[in-house]
Amino acid sequence: MKHTLAVLVENKPGVLARVSGLFSRRGFNIESLAVGVTDNPDISRMTIVVSGDDRVLDQVTKQLNKLIDVIKVSDLDPTDAIERELALFKVKVDKGNRSEVIQIVEVFRAQIVDVGVKTMIVGVTGTGDKIDAIEKLLRNFGIVEVVRTGKISINRGVKTVKLEK
Amino acid sequence: MGKKTRMTGAKALIESLYAEKVDVIFGYPGGVLLPIYDELFDADINHILVRHEQAAAHAADGYARATGKVGVCLATSGPGATNLVTGIATAYMDSVPMVAITGQVPSSMIGNDAFQEANITGITLPITKHNYLVTDVNDLPRIIKEAFHIASTGRPGPVLIDIPKDITTDELDFEYPESVELRGYKPTKTGHKKQIKRAADIISNAKQPVIYVGGGIIAAEATKELLELAQTISAPVTTTLMGKGAFPDDNPLCIGMPGMHGTKYANYAIQESDVLIAVGVRFDDRVTGKVESFAPNAQIIHVDIDPAEISKNVRVDIPIVGNAKSVLSMLVEYIKEKLNGKTNTAAWVKKVENWKKQYPLYYHKDDKLKPQYIMEQINELYPDSIIVTEVGQNQMWAAQYFKYKEPRTFISSGGLGTMGYGFPASMGVKMGHPDKVVFDISGDGSFQMNSQELATVVQNDIPVIVVIFNNGFLGMVRQWQELFFEQRYSFTCIDDSVDFVKLAEAYGAMGLRVTKSEEVGPALKKAVESGRPTVIDFVVEREENVSPMVPAGAAINEMLDLEVQS
Ligand SMILES: Cc1ncc(C[n+]2csc(CCOP(=O)(O)OP(=O)(O)O)c2C)c(N)n1
Ligand SMILES: [Mg+2]
Repeated sequence: MKHTLAVLVENKPGVLARVSGLFSRRGFNIESLAVGVTDNPDISRMTIVVSGDDRVLDQVTKQLNKLIDVIKVSDLDPTDAIERELALFKVKVDKGNRSEVIQIVEVFRAQIVDVGVKTMIVGVTGTGDKIDAIEKLLRNFGIVEVVRTGKISINRGVKTVKLEK
Repeated sequence: MGKKTRMTGAKALIESLYAEKVDVIFGYPGGVLLPIYDELFDADINHILVRHEQAAAHAADGYARATGKVGVCLATSGPGATNLVTGIATAYMDSVPMVAITGQVPSSMIGNDAFQEANITGITLPITKHNYLVTDVNDLPRIIKEAFHIASTGRPGPVLIDIPKDITTDELDFEYPESVELRGYKPTKTGHKKQIKRAADIISNAKQPVIYVGGGIIAAEATKELLELAQTISAPVTTTLMGKGAFPDDNPLCIGMPGMHGTKYANYAIQESDVLIAVGVRFDDRVTGKVESFAPNAQIIHVDIDPAEISKNVRVDIPIVGNAKSVLSMLVEYIKEKLNGKTNTAAWVKKVENWKKQYPLYYHKDDKLKPQYIMEQINELYPDSIIVTEVGQNQMWAAQYFKYKEPRTFISSGGLGTMGYGFPASMGVKMGHPDKVVFDISGDGSFQMNSQELATVVQNDIPVIVVIFNNGFLGMVRQWQELFFEQRYSFTCIDDSVDFVKLAEAYGAMGLRVTKSEEVGPALKKAVESGRPTVIDFVVEREENVSPMVPAGAAINEMLDLEVQS
């Protein structure tokens, strides 16, 4: 079972080490981790995808909350949250198949972000499934390099993960 | 205060320690600490110069456990800091409030593998409750304030502050903050009312309840509330190693220690309980044995200040997160309303009493000198002393054969099981309670891990008494080899390695040797009455075993009797 946690942390050096250290020390599996500053410059938000049963999730949440620099932990409900990842694919192309790649990019509402003589870079944002799907198609042309971010996620509607005042 | 004064970081550190009412620190100097030591030279704080930084950490820990105040230790960068590590880990495992201060190489050199640089905040990440690297002298007072607050509140624990040398000479406008602002740290205090009511319902209907308590009772100073709970429902109480003294050993409801070297009757009672009331404990594997068969028929109520302990090892029916004192007093109140002076446990208490009579703690008394007898003698002659222990058989006999009646009178490394803890810890204990008789119950192996501190106790006149159960073995390991490895005593024999009497005398302490039972009492008296740091080398039976014993991985009612009654 995968869970997506939104974790608000102090925007300070060393916090990422505290969080990632906790996961390895306690034997929790991180599937992905993305971090960036929030609208409050003192607070960063991590989106952490963990796998494990309810008991593991319970421990992860409680252990995270024990870190002094962790301000808030929420388990996001996937049916009520928007999820995005970003990926960049460097694809081998030649004169013959360039337009085919462009077609795929259009269908997926992805973007061509760079065009070279022998390669093209395709940028795509979306859910993990969408990115997996386009990757599968692009693989037919030959993928030279892939870069993917961890997932970020946000609640739909008025619900927020924010500091209680 | 209110007014700001211009001063160096080193001076600000001392002023902050005054503000935290620190009266003693244990430390060892070094290059990057020179500015701090220069301030300490005429500071109004008692600095105890140890002979190894590990001892500074254990001494601060012992002081904290014995007094309930935050213990403070100080070490230089690099090797000084890494020498603290075992002591910090020991304090972390047993939730001891401690602030460890380390010097660090100058800020500009951090990360360059400078002389005596060690990344101590990185190293101690998993063994501190929190740690800090000070990067701006103006942050120093706030960080110290936060460190003491974090160390001593919620579930206590060690906090480390790493201070680069330049920070100690930089100047700031000093003002000690009055409060802390930590949005990520808000420990729960009072328990959930509804949960406490549910627990009260279950407890009021229990026919065979057992109260299982640990260090959390002592940390929360909840012994009065615990006694009231036990008496209100009339239930047997088992105290873990960390909980020794939380409930008086001489109370008829006390059933001693659970688990691996616990009493048979405590383990039987847990296994047959219908409700297990666990307070300030963490279901350690040394207590539960095979976890799947622990308290198989019980509904489990677990009260703990740390939410992460709930359902970590054992599935809990009623979790209550909160301070043991506040939760227990509410719980007792609700139970009293329900029970109205009645109890449902008469038959159960009778049954437990019978087990107590049938399976007492037992050792074979003959003309040989037995460690158990020595503990009984200490108990008889000096019942109000504080017992500090090392690790091994000595620790278990100290737990089994002395009657602990007050909290903070049994001081021992439980979670980490650190050999070499007891002697330096006993220095801290004695500093906290100069009027108490303090014994370090030791093994011949453990004592050699920090025996250099004899110099410290002599130089600073800290009259602790080291009781060595000299069995010529790393006894606890030998016991396992005897039982589970066909008596192949691989590298556990340490006999004749040292003359402890001469060792003590070489340092200027008193050294005594005892080989017969009748010499035990007089030697103890001589040590106590001398008022001097003393080592007593008790040459005891070599292959005595700690009994009873639950083999690793067995259920706790499957106990071995290693001392068979004839
Ligand atoms: C630092 C450390 N190293 C190793 C151990 C493993 N260990 C546990 S008990 C023990 C033997 C202790 O010997 P001694 O101090 O003579 O005590 P005894 O069991 O003989 O009373 C050992 C080696 C430990 N607990 N701590
Ligand atoms: Mg020994």
